[in-house]
Amino acid sequence: MPKDVAIIGVGQSTFVRNYEGSIRELAFEAYSEAMKDAGITNSDVSASIICSAPEYDKQRSPAGLMAEYLGLNPQPTFALESVCSSSTSGLRVGYALIKSGLHDIVVVLGFQKMSEITSADSQERMGRGADIMWESPFGTMMPAYYAMHARAHFARYGTTEEDLALIRVKATKYGTLNERAVYRKQLTLEQCLNSEYIASPLKKFDCCANADGSSCMILASADRAKEISKKPVWILGLGSGTASLTMTGRDALDGLNCARVAAKEAYEMAGVGPQDIDVAEVHDCFTIAEMMAYENLGFAEPGKGAELIREGETYLEGKIPVNVDGGLLSKGHPIGATGGSQVRTIVLQLRGEAGDIQVPGAEIGLVHNIGGVGIYGNVAILGR
Amino acid sequence: MGFEKFGHVSFTSQTKTDAFVEYLVKDEIRATKCRKCGRVFFPPQADCSSCLESDMDWVKVEGNGKIISFTKVNYGPTGFESDVPYILALADFGEVKVFGRFSKEIPEEQIKVGMEVKIQAVSLPNGQVSYQFIRD
Ligand SMILES: [Zn+2]
Repeated sequence: MPKDVAIIGVGQSTFVRNYEGSIRELAFEAYSEAMKDAGITNSDVSASIICSAPEYDKQRSPAGLMAEYLGLNPQPTFALESVCSSSTSGLRVGYALIKSGLHDIVVVLGFQKMSEITSADSQERMGRGADIMWESPFGTMMPAYYAMHARAHFARYGTTEEDLALIRVKATKYGTLNERAVYRKQLTLEQCLNSEYIASPLKKFDCCANADGSSCMILASADRAKEISKKPVWILGLGSGTASLTMTGRDALDGLNCARVAAKEAYEMAGVGPQDIDVAEVHDCFTIAEMMAYENLGFAEPGKGAELIREGETYLEGKIPVNVDGGLLSKGHPIGATGGSQVRTIVLQLRGEAGDIQVPGAEIGLVHNIGGVGIYGNVAILGR
Repeated sequence: MGFEKFGHVSFTSQTKTDAFVEYLVKDEIRATKCRKCGRVFFPPQADCSSCLESDMDWVKVEGNGKIISFTKVNYGPTGFESDVPYILALADFGEVKVFGRFSKEIPEEQIKVGMEVKIQAVSLPNGQVSYQFIRD
């Protein structure tokens, strides 16, 4: 198992509906927490990577602004985007910058103030999330695309709307425990099943909420990590994959190939398999996305994902706890910050600092973060 | 004629494949086919990513397609508010897959994954042109 690059600090803002501050102040919340967690100062940082989906930013080129506001001049900085998976793409690039020897301590900061633009502007941008020449003209939205994946999964494997609702029920249970989540109410199976259809078969409660938020990871070389950190968490494996933006370019819709490709690469690099993972954070922007993740990551055979949730195996006490921080469904989904928030949860788990949601003795954790409707897939495997 | 004529709402007007719209007006749905390697592209591409050439023919998308998946959309993005609900679908026509909408005359209850459909050009009330899936 490679132990070349470690995560020595993590931070996250509370995820909220409408953050009452600027993007720089939002970013500061995660950054200051991560830096204090790492126990380092600005001058220790060798470079920063700023992750956000720029269509939500009014500030052009926010990396420059963030480097100044956070006190990271004159070190290099740049922006990095892969929509919802931006900050785990940042993790990958940060890893490479350190492994290459170019830098020794790298800050990966993710933020998104979804409420920076009006909801009308946001609706307009959502329409442009697909191929604007060939799919957007039909009136496409993220829920519609994931709904088509759900329908394909139902048709091939017999998965049901109730199976998806069970995933939301689990998410709300853990959302009640997470003080930084935007959605903290417990929902019953009946409430989930009775919510209105957004894009059939997906209902209101199959979808995560938008939120404003920030996240931050401090990465360090092995030498620096051993010097600075009492509890470094090592990046054991990284994988990344892509699939076509258009639905017409995909072989099937009952899984996300970008995630399969990313998982395979990450498992090989770490020298572990799905059975070795003690706790996982997966990209549940919709309930069906978590269901597909179970299968694409190898926690269940293709088509057997529903059995995992029916039998409660992805709860804290189950054989593979998934999204026990409430997931995107409860925390909310501030696009550029989401991946870093997932990583933070796993880091706290591996350090034994996860509180109410601690998986006893967790040694190896996994993060699965997807950009767009399976356009970009990142998987990271972390260990003590 | 520009590409802005295509679709319920247009997002872009310029492409080397704007002949697609001219065919659509003549009730034909066409794909592009690489003259060098024979690969067929739908949506149409001006350039072949297999052999990196840009010499294309226009070929008809015909026959029966099979529905891979579909969804009834109740909330649309900006520009589609008055249009909902509508049904989006992906269909497999063998050599190519096609993404589009179902005819509004077909209710969701009658649509199944695996059902056979045909594809048809349509003129929209707002003067735009598009295509839709209809029952075989
Ligand atoms: Zn060719």
